[in-house]
Parts: sequence; C-alpha cells; structure tokens
Amino acid sequence: MRTIPLPLRRRLVAILGALALLPLAAPVQADDDRAARVPLLPKYQQECAACHLAYPPGLLPAASWQRLMGNLPQHFGTDASLDAATVKELGQWLQAHAAQPRRSKVGAAAPPEDRITRSAWFLREHREITPATWARPAIKSAANCAACHTRADQGDFDERHIRIPR
Amino acid sequence: MARPQILSAWLGAAGLTVAALAAAPAAAATTPGELLSGYRVAAGNAAAAPERGQRLFTATHGREWSCASCHGSAPTQAGRHASTGKPIGALAPAFNPERFTDPAKVEKWFRRNCNDVMGRECTPAEKADVMAWLMSLKP
Repeated sequence: MRTIPLPLRRRLVAILGALALLPLAAPVQADDDRAARVPLLPKYQQECAACHLAYPPGLLPAASWQRLMGNLPQHFGTDASLDAATVKELGQWLQAHAAQPRRSKVGAAAPPEDRITRSAWFLREHREITPATWARPAIKSAANCAACHTRADQGDFDERHIRIPR
Repeated sequence: MARPQILSAWLGAAGLTVAALAAAPAAAATTPGELLSGYRVAAGNAAAAPERGQRLFTATHGREWSCASCHGSAPTQAGRHASTGKPIGALAPAFNPERFTDPAKVEKWFRRNCNDVMGRECTPAEKADVMAWLMSLKP
C-alpha cells in the first residue's frame, strides 16, 4: 500500500486545518461588530463622552478597563476623576461588556498602556493610514474615531460609513 | 359612561406624576449668578474681577495647557479638546444656556480642569473671577 510522503502529508494537514478555520472567521467578525453596538449606559455616555467618543466597551479586555477606572485622576495625562459611586457603576458595566477573549479579535491581552489605539488589531486595521493623514487637523489623534467613522457614536464602525476628511 | 371619565382621570393623574418627576431634577438647578455669589461668599465676600479671570483663563500656569487650550481664548464659541479633538460647547453662559446650571457639574469640571492647568484645585476667589469674566461676555 502506498502512503503519502510525510512532508506532503504535513502540508495537507495544514491546508485542511486552514480550511476548517475559514467558516469561523466570519462569525468572529460579526461578533465584533455586534459587540461594538452594545447599547451604551446613559451614565457612561454622559461622563466619558464629555471628552472623547464613548468607546465601545468591547474594544478593551476587562483587565484594561479595571486599570483605567482605578486611575481616573491620571487618565492619559488629564484628571478625569469621578465620585466613587459613579466609578463603581461605570466599572461594573464595563466589566460586564468588556471584550470576550474567545469571541472577538480584541483578545484577552491588554494593549500597551491600555490604549485601544495600540492594540494589534487596531494597528492592523489602520495600517493603510499614513502618518500625514493621522496628522490632519480634522483628525489629529487616532483616538478621534468619529473623524472618519461617521457613525462611531452609534458603535457603528462599518467600512461603508468611513469618510476620511481632507 | 363613567368609564371613560375614570380613564381620563387616571391618565391625568399619571400625566401629573410624570410631569412632577421630570421637573424634579430642575429643583437642584442653579443659575450662573447664584453660583458666582456662592463663590464670592466662600472667598470672604471679595469682589470678583473679570479681567483677573480672563488672565487666569488664557495664561498657562507652569504646565502645558491653559483653560483656553480646550475652550478657546474666546469661549463665546465652541472649543476643541486639546488632545482628543472632541468639540466642546461654548462656555460663556450667554452663548450656551446649559452652562453653570448644575452645581455638581460645575464643581466636577473646576476640580479636574484646574488640576490639569494649575496642578491644584482653584480657590473660590479664582472661580469667582473666571465666572465673572465668562458672564461679562455678551452677544
């Protein structure tokens, strides 16, 4: 009986493995889109969106949210302090809706400095944006999602609604 | 024919309750003038000086940002957050009637922003000066 030579067999296994993963790719993407559209707690909107977009809680893992909420008086260079009851309420909601490591591209690993914009997936999805584009006055910062994602305030980051300002 | 009357009475009562609930938060509201007098009293009844408030607002105080970095040096118009770029509504109350109507909100932002700009909280006298200047800006 003829057997398939070992190197070829390895390659076949790899190809079959890759094919098996393909159908999974789409649901993961769909979960991410859905996760971004979690209805926002009105208090989260009120407090956090006073300074920046109300970032969808699914864009960071629970550990990152926990550190951020524990250090609001030094929040990326500004004092974002809140009363203890509000910190607790927002913190619990963020923990409940943080990224689910197994179901989203966000994963379990906290990005450097707990910055959404330094996450591997964020850098990957924005790799075509040049430094000159980021620096445009209407954009200014990678944290300014709504500059290009016209429906970001509704948690909608769909490519169809991207408009990059000149 | 008593039933429609009962129903409308019930609806009327429900409507009143909703109206009362909706009005409740307004009880805690204040006016810029009341807030300013509160700060003046806390500052030992010192007269507020709008020009001193303007200087405090537009100058830096040993740190990167001034108040004007985000609010603009003419806070009669919208500003932009210096790091996130998020639009900030006009601060002068004559141009934005929501401003200085919620004491807790006012205190929260004075606390945070004075800390960012001066590295400490502002004194009641400083708050009174800044408010006096903002209130002097008219269309």
